[in-house]
Amino acid sequence: MNDIAYKPDDLIAEDIDAYLDQHQHKSLLRFITCGSVDDGKSTLIGRLLYDSKMIFEDQLASLEADSKKVGTQGEEIDFALLVDGLAAEREQGITIDVAYRFFATEKRKFIVADTPGHEQYTRNMVTGASTADLAVILIDARKGVLTQTRRHSYLAHLIGIRNIVLAVNKMDLVDYDEGVFDDIVSDYRDFAAEIGIEDFLAIPLSGLKGDNIASRSDATPWYDGPALLDHLETVGVDYDRLREQPFRMPVQWVNRPNLDFRGFSGTIAGGRIAPGDKVRVAPSGKLSTVERIVTMRGDLDEAVAGQSVTLTFEDEIDCSRGDVIAAADAPPEVADQFEATIVWMDEHAMLPGRPYILKTATNLATATITDEKYQIDVNTMEKAPGKTLELNGIAVCNISIDKPVPFAPYDENPDLGGFILIDRMTNATVGAGMIHFALRRSQNIHWQAIDITREAHAAQKNQKAKLLWFTGLSGSGKSTIANLVEKKLHAMGKHSFLLDGDNVRHGLNRDLGFTDADRVENIRRVGEVARLMTDAGLIVLTAFISPFRAERQMIRKMIPEGEFIEVFVDTPLDVAEARDIKGLYKKARAGELKNFTGIDSPYETPQNAEIRVNTVEMTAEEAAEYIVDQLFGGRGA
Amino acid sequence: MNSEAKLSPERLTHLERLEAESIHIMREVVAEAERPVMLYSVGKDSAVMLHLAKMAFHPSPPPFPLMHVDTTWKFRAMYELRDRAAREAGMELIVHQNPEAREKGINPFDHGSLHTDMWKTEGLKQALTEHGFDAAFGGARRDEEKSRAKERVFSFRTANHRWDPKSQRPELWKLYNARKAKGESMRVFPLSNWTELDIWQYIHLENIEIVPLYYSAKRPTVERDGMILMVDDDRFRFEEGEEVVERSIRFRTLGCYPLTGAVESEAATLPEIIQEMLLTTTSERQGRVIDHDQAASMEKKKQEGYF
Repeated sequence: MNDIAYKPDDLIAEDIDAYLDQHQHKSLLRFITCGSVDDGKSTLIGRLLYDSKMIFEDQLASLEADSKKVGTQGEEIDFALLVDGLAAEREQGITIDVAYRFFATEKRKFIVADTPGHEQYTRNMVTGASTADLAVILIDARKGVLTQTRRHSYLAHLIGIRNIVLAVNKMDLVDYDEGVFDDIVSDYRDFAAEIGIEDFLAIPLSGLKGDNIASRSDATPWYDGPALLDHLETVGVDYDRLREQPFRMPVQWVNRPNLDFRGFSGTIAGGRIAPGDKVRVAPSGKLSTVERIVTMRGDLDEAVAGQSVTLTFEDEIDCSRGDVIAAADAPPEVADQFEATIVWMDEHAMLPGRPYILKTATNLATATITDEKYQIDVNTMEKAPGKTLELNGIAVCNISIDKPVPFAPYDENPDLGGFILIDRMTNATVGAGMIHFALRRSQNIHWQAIDITREAHAAQKNQKAKLLWFTGLSGSGKSTIANLVEKKLHAMGKHSFLLDGDNVRHGLNRDLGFTDADRVENIRRVGEVARLMTDAGLIVLTAFISPFRAERQMIRKMIPEGEFIEVFVDTPLDVAEARDIKGLYKKARAGELKNFTGIDSPYETPQNAEIRVNTVEMTAEEAAEYIVDQLFGGRGA
Repeated sequence: MNSEAKLSPERLTHLERLEAESIHIMREVVAEAERPVMLYSVGKDSAVMLHLAKMAFHPSPPPFPLMHVDTTWKFRAMYELRDRAAREAGMELIVHQNPEAREKGINPFDHGSLHTDMWKTEGLKQALTEHGFDAAFGGARRDEEKSRAKERVFSFRTANHRWDPKSQRPELWKLYNARKAKGESMRVFPLSNWTELDIWQYIHLENIEIVPLYYSAKRPTVERDGMILMVDDDRFRFEEGEEVVERSIRFRTLGCYPLTGAVESEAATLPEIIQEMLLTTTSERQGRVIDHDQAASMEKKKQEGYF
């Protein structure tokens, strides 16, 4: 309790201008602390805030009071209380994920990402680490390298953090024993090499006592490395590395105040740029020369990675949001299929085949995971096959998007190689990914141009191609009604084909089961087949439960506008269950049939179906008549 | 070695990195939102935010309006600067005053926290709904208090403007997810990673105009419940025994004048203000009555829609 009073930097009182000048020239280091409260993480952060004088008198007063009331350090200050404030949040049911704290020393300003708790650890840590230049991995000196140490280190490495500090904390509880420290460091070195961490700095610490935090401690005379703050103040940041790369700037916004000015605004992701430099716009490949680097403070002679600027060109060339302006002689790769590591962040599992929105740099695209290669167990680093990906899961996947985008491998440039995945229905951010490399195969299969067009196929049959997509619960009457509709079409001289759910599962989709992932793949394949049939000019009818909105939307997108007709066969669950023609509901209720739609797997009701038939009010025959009437307006045209 | 020597002079300072980040955030919003607006409270944080908006879109004016959710009880000097700052930025200024609060004569003397609820919280929701804004920039910072340390840069609000902790999205890298359904909206905080010192330092460096009340001067005041209040106009309601005293004061934060406490000070220049801030040792929000009103009040107000 002796050193409690807040002591501002002497320079503030003596020479405020000199102090301001010093503060103005500070650089910024963002880091993440990994460990649990048991490792003394909150105490360490509290200590850093305290030692760098970021605590005000009123905060200190309440800290003292809280320390006595609920602290764990007797009469001494419990630094953990400075950053925790979490108990209250837990009581309020607020999600505790990533909290950001700020402090500064004479040389640097720091932003600490703090990710408390074990639950949701992967999601939170990956989020916090994505903007960090450095990771502090905490170890309790009494416990050594634990599973969680491996997990934290693996995640830090996965997200590309190049500076790792192994903070061996609570050295006071092992009598500052050099042997204990050495054993831990040696253990860690073996493990680090296994997962590809090339270098790290190990520091013996006591967050509680303040050893080797602000300055080297007398208690560890055998340690000749820097104190934690010294290291944080001097370690290199990632921007230094990115500046040495070829120039890249994703275009965020086209600045066009009048006809005489056309500027391209963005944050420089790599390299440097100066007026007169030749640039190439990806993916178009168009060339130009930078005329000006425009800012409100005046034009710049040069700009570097990390700066937000506006460029003008000497020539009028097409360039818009999503494009990347790059060094003319070193343009980025452009591709629409990648291998990537994906971290899943949503309670609804990732399903291969389901379309998601992918955002990378300033590009939005529609993406599907085409192949999940393997999952990685974050505790053991073991690889295992998987078909879906649950919350906090990590997997290496192939991913395909609907347009070619400029990119860089994540290792090389996180701004051009990192992406997020967004659910198309909820708009939630459901995943994050890091691109490894482009898959070449997409570039070798070209679309074959065909002379007889889909319109010609349909015209020969004297009809317009359509896809009637029947959706509804099991037992709603989809197949019965679709069959009746097809008979009517046939009688009208229409060329049609009915794809039935059960029938398709006997052949094309015999390898698929009824998990969510398999259901998505089932529908995707049927959609592809139906599309080929509409290309051939047919009126295609499909009868599938197709419970998920996302997949029905995906099929709608595959078919030219106006040709996809969603037919919602609306039968309440109790009615369908009472009918139970195939006896499936009985089995599902008895637990003999898993993932049964309506029972233990959801059915997402269509919201804007083109045609809806209510099978309680209509007979199957009436429903079929109604559908044909809706399609052809009773004129049979 | 040679590259090290070449690099060091152009290493970005922390203020340059913060500035670039704020500009990046603003451009993302303009590119992805349909109808953004900047909430302008006329305080020092608003001043910095407006300055950054001008930088982000230069030479165009910022492509969104400024909106002031007014309580009719701000300091006169704030109204004066507000109108001028909008004019100079070439931006449309929308002033919203909750008509219901006006009709009922809601004021800080008679109505306590209802004053803030109706003019600010309700007023803000009304204004956003009325104009159909789907993204609103605000000047909040994560260092202001514990409950804001985990706030997102893009804070997602339901169609009723409620902040649902469960629907907040993870934010990775520079990738902000601005997608939302119709009626839903975002509050966007481009100053999230700035500290109070950064704000002052930047105002100093960039020579940004702020309301003169931040600088010390002799002003008419009364002392009430340990707080110094300024008598800004003739609507001020005196309590028994209170007399106007000239004091050399300034404000560390600005709001409704009858609710905003001043500090006695001689700091009349920016370096002096910064010096005083660093040497005096009370954290910033102490001066605002609103926080003392209820424990954990910020969290609650945020859920209700007041930032």
